[in-house]
Amino acid sequence: MIGLPVLYALAGLLFAVFAIGSTTDRTNPKRWGNAAFWGLFATSFLAGTWLSDTVNGLLLVAMALAAGFNLLGKGQPAPQADRAERAARWGNRLFVPALIPPAVTLAGTFLLKGVVIGGQPLVDPKQVTLVSLGLGIVLATAVALVMFRASPAVAVREGRRLMDQVGWAGLLPQALAALGAVFVAAKVGDVIGLLAGEYLPLNGPLMAVCAYTIGMAVFTAIMGNAFAAFPVMTAAIALPLIIGQYGGDPAIVCAIGMLSGFCGTLMTPMAANFNIVPAVLLDLPDRNGVIRVQIPTALALLATNTVLMYALAFRF
Amino acid sequence: MWVLLGVLVVVVGFAARLNPLLIVVVAALVTGLAAVVAPGVTPAMLLAGAGETLAVLGKGFKDNRYISVTWLILPLIGLLEREGLQERARVLIQKLAGLTSGLLLLIYLIVRQITAAFGLTSLGGHAQMVRPLIAPMAEAAAETQNPNLGEAGRNRVKAFAAATDNIGLFFGEDIFMAIASILLIKGFLETNGIIVTPFALSVWAIPTAIAALLIHGTRLILLDRALQREAAR
Repeated sequence: MIGLPVLYALAGLLFAVFAIGSTTDRTNPKRWGNAAFWGLFATSFLAGTWLSDTVNGLLLVAMALAAGFNLLGKGQPAPQADRAERAARWGNRLFVPALIPPAVTLAGTFLLKGVVIGGQPLVDPKQVTLVSLGLGIVLATAVALVMFRASPAVAVREGRRLMDQVGWAGLLPQALAALGAVFVAAKVGDVIGLLAGEYLPLNGPLMAVCAYTIGMAVFTAIMGNAFAAFPVMTAAIALPLIIGQYGGDPAIVCAIGMLSGFCGTLMTPMAANFNIVPAVLLDLPDRNGVIRVQIPTALALLATNTVLMYALAFRF
Repeated sequence: MWVLLGVLVVVVGFAARLNPLLIVVVAALVTGLAAVVAPGVTPAMLLAGAGETLAVLGKGFKDNRYISVTWLILPLIGLLEREGLQERARVLIQKLAGLTSGLLLLIYLIVRQITAAFGLTSLGGHAQMVRPLIAPMAEAAAETQNPNLGEAGRNRVKAFAAATDNIGLFFGEDIFMAIASILLIKGFLETNGIIVTPFALSVWAIPTAIAALLIHGTRLILLDRALQREAAR
């Protein structure tokens, strides 16, 4: 059965190759820092399943220390002047390898789900999309290598160039998810829910709706994830008051409540994969540049959600 | 109550622009220690608490490795960029005379919302679509609109490209019945004795989806206006 272990092995090998490549990159003044950082990440992918939780934690701590003490650098590859020429030569054929991963992900999600070989599903049914994406990436990379007559070494070098540009931010979404696990274990959500229920002004349906939608957005911004905020805020405000006391429709209240949380996701650096990673990928000088652009849309939508919930929940 | 100290570390850390990875680790340790702090706590208990927190953090890190698997795409993107993918995307946009930056992003917003509403959330994304295709296209269109577009203007357009991908995804995916958030709501209500169908939940995501299109779409059109105004100056 093909599942996450195969993807982890692939990712581990790629990061191991990045680590080895870093050691010989003389254009990067901090190349040993990069080598250590990507080496640790490779270890987590290749051996994490068999290492104890504590050792996995130490891997993360070591990587955070390397990032925190600024031990990571970037290579300075010679600028490439012939990109426009190459682009003109390839024309729109260049888009073919770029569109293979989404196409394969789409097809794989539908086609691979039911495939059974020898009584065993070919692909782990819970991970079909991720496995299909991995397959699409491998396929597209192979097509690109043949099409461009490039050696795999070139692909790895170009990949490492981008990975170094992303740097520690590439690890952040996963690290924040780990912090979420600590928050859950320490019952942080329950405490916030208790405080919200106790101190927010909740007189009447309008106040309760405002407290719920705004509370969802704020708590999501703190946790970086609406999924963590939803059960807590809904149990503290929506279930007892909006639904229980004032008779709001549970489907409407919860659907719009979750979407109010998404407004919070747009405004927080804690949602790193949506907000920080693209800022780094797009070379924005301001790490919060994407968030800044999103705030007006997020606030207007939050207000709209509040109005929608108040107008719809007590009517249907 | 003291466990909220970890949240405080996060807020202060981000505000002070410390390295976010370091903030995460410190916040985790503070939260874990605060959970054990009680009258009569001994150093040995604190040490045990720190050890346990490290294990919870490590397990969370290990269990969420799938999040970082998406970086497997980087060699492909790097290869394509070396052959001029971003340049080609620009040329393509400049050929479509009249396609402005805001209009392009508006079309992307609609496509992203609709595909996400059919559960096709992985058709977009920052590493796969925004960096190699959408951002360079939007930038090239903006340069045609305003030939004197400065560095700040360029960055603003790029940030809008990323924001549009997020907004299209967030306010489209909940219309799909089998998406994680819908299943979470259904499961949560069920444990509290309320039965709702995924369909009822996804239907009520539609008003917000329309509002998102109207609000962000308006901002994209305003982006076009601003680019034209700056060009006329």
